[in-house]
Amino acid sequence: MDSKTNPRTIRAIVMGVSAGGLHALQQILPHLPADFSLPVMVVQHRAAVGHGFLADYLNGKCAIAVKEASINEPLHAGCVYLAPADYHLLVENAETLALSIDPPVHYARPAIDVLFESAADIFRENLIAVVLTGANSDGSHGAMRVKELGGVVIVQDPATAEVATMPAATLRAVSVDHILPLEEIGPYLAGLHGSTHEPASS
Amino acid sequence: MSEPDLEDLEIDLVLEALLRRYGYDFRHYTRATLKRRLEKRCQAAGLVHLSDMVPILLRDRDFVDLLLRDMSVVVTEMFRDPDFFRELRSKVVPQLRTWPYLKVWHAGCATGEELYSMAILLTEEGLYERSRLYATDFNSQALATAREGIYPLDRVEKFARNYRQSGGMASFSDYSMARYRSVMLKPELRKRVTFATHNLVTDGVFGDMNLIVCRNVLIYFDKVLQNRVLELFRDSLCHLGFLCLGNKETLEFSSVAADFEVIDREQRIYRKR
Repeated sequence: MDSKTNPRTIRAIVMGVSAGGLHALQQILPHLPADFSLPVMVVQHRAAVGHGFLADYLNGKCAIAVKEASINEPLHAGCVYLAPADYHLLVENAETLALSIDPPVHYARPAIDVLFESAADIFRENLIAVVLTGANSDGSHGAMRVKELGGVVIVQDPATAEVATMPAATLRAVSVDHILPLEEIGPYLAGLHGSTHEPASS
Repeated sequence: MSEPDLEDLEIDLVLEALLRRYGYDFRHYTRATLKRRLEKRCQAAGLVHLSDMVPILLRDRDFVDLLLRDMSVVVTEMFRDPDFFRELRSKVVPQLRTWPYLKVWHAGCATGEELYSMAILLTEEGLYERSRLYATDFNSQALATAREGIYPLDRVEKFARNYRQSGGMASFSDYSMARYRSVMLKPELRKRVTFATHNLVTDGVFGDMNLIVCRNVLIYFDKVLQNRVLELFRDSLCHLGFLCLGNKETLEFSSVAADFEVIDREQRIYRKR
């Protein structure tokens, strides 16, 4: 919890979610304002087919813009970027996202580890990574990389997760900064708005 | 220097070695994916640091071939994105019929799955006999796999399912022969195919094509290289020729956007003006 004594500037949020994800994202993303001061990248495991339904649906429910990332997508604050079905989503540099169809990682494409690791390399200590409900262990390697480079890791309290396996796996892999119940994650992230520093957890 | 900065420097050194020693230029590939691929090769070779690969690749051609394979082989499948092939049948094939002779270029064909998909589609539409297909990749090993047309049996179920969803008119097994643990595509599917080494980064125009298919290759390139390759495609197409890109690749915002008409926005099918 050195983040409390040593506040840092947060410049981006990455989020990984699997089984139970639609419900979780609907609980979190509507808390973010339209002019949210950070970009948010999300990997949601899902079937390999589909053309942006999830992004359109969430966009309709949220003040913040939600879209599926495209090739060389410019990275803007105040936007949630979803990994497209069957593509990995990566952070290329502080201004740009990238996609790939390289092989699945732990059977997943998009894979949370791929997003987290690439985001950690670019944003380092200025990154918050959030691991939500899911039935596998994707995200735990990525969370390790985030911690190694000084970033913040938040895990959904497994007791509040539809499927506890994924948040529990991350809890085993790294010493996380915050364990939050689902309903507190949205307000916590919204609290980053305006203040450029990570808030102390309640 | 922090660890990610050091790794970045090491990647530069590896790319510089590949360029100066062998002429392969990966400097305009998306960095994030490049790094994952190099790290994987590094681990597989039992090396600790990315830069440990430099002395090896300078002298060991086999190692270089492995690295090139990592860089070029896109894991794809036959009739990937069945909806694309459906739209190709309904929106592009009627136009293709108006030409007496067809030249089709699969740029970055890797191990050939999409090339054979196209050969099947053209066969079913009665266009194959008047077509010449060019399948190119910079990686000669991948091309050799494409030329063989032999794929592991465990991938066939997916191929067959995609084929059905894409509007296939027969049965996938009509085009393939199962042998032991693999499946071989029928030789007639490649009798009108020319396989050739071509590097999109450094080589030039491939002339007078009616249809160019290059799917999920540009996603690995940065903006600069994407524009250069798209200009190469524009200059390789005949008047009113078609260009098909991958589902997440677009001509929008590119340097050639004004030179093409959108035929199907969702499936990324364009036509040269």
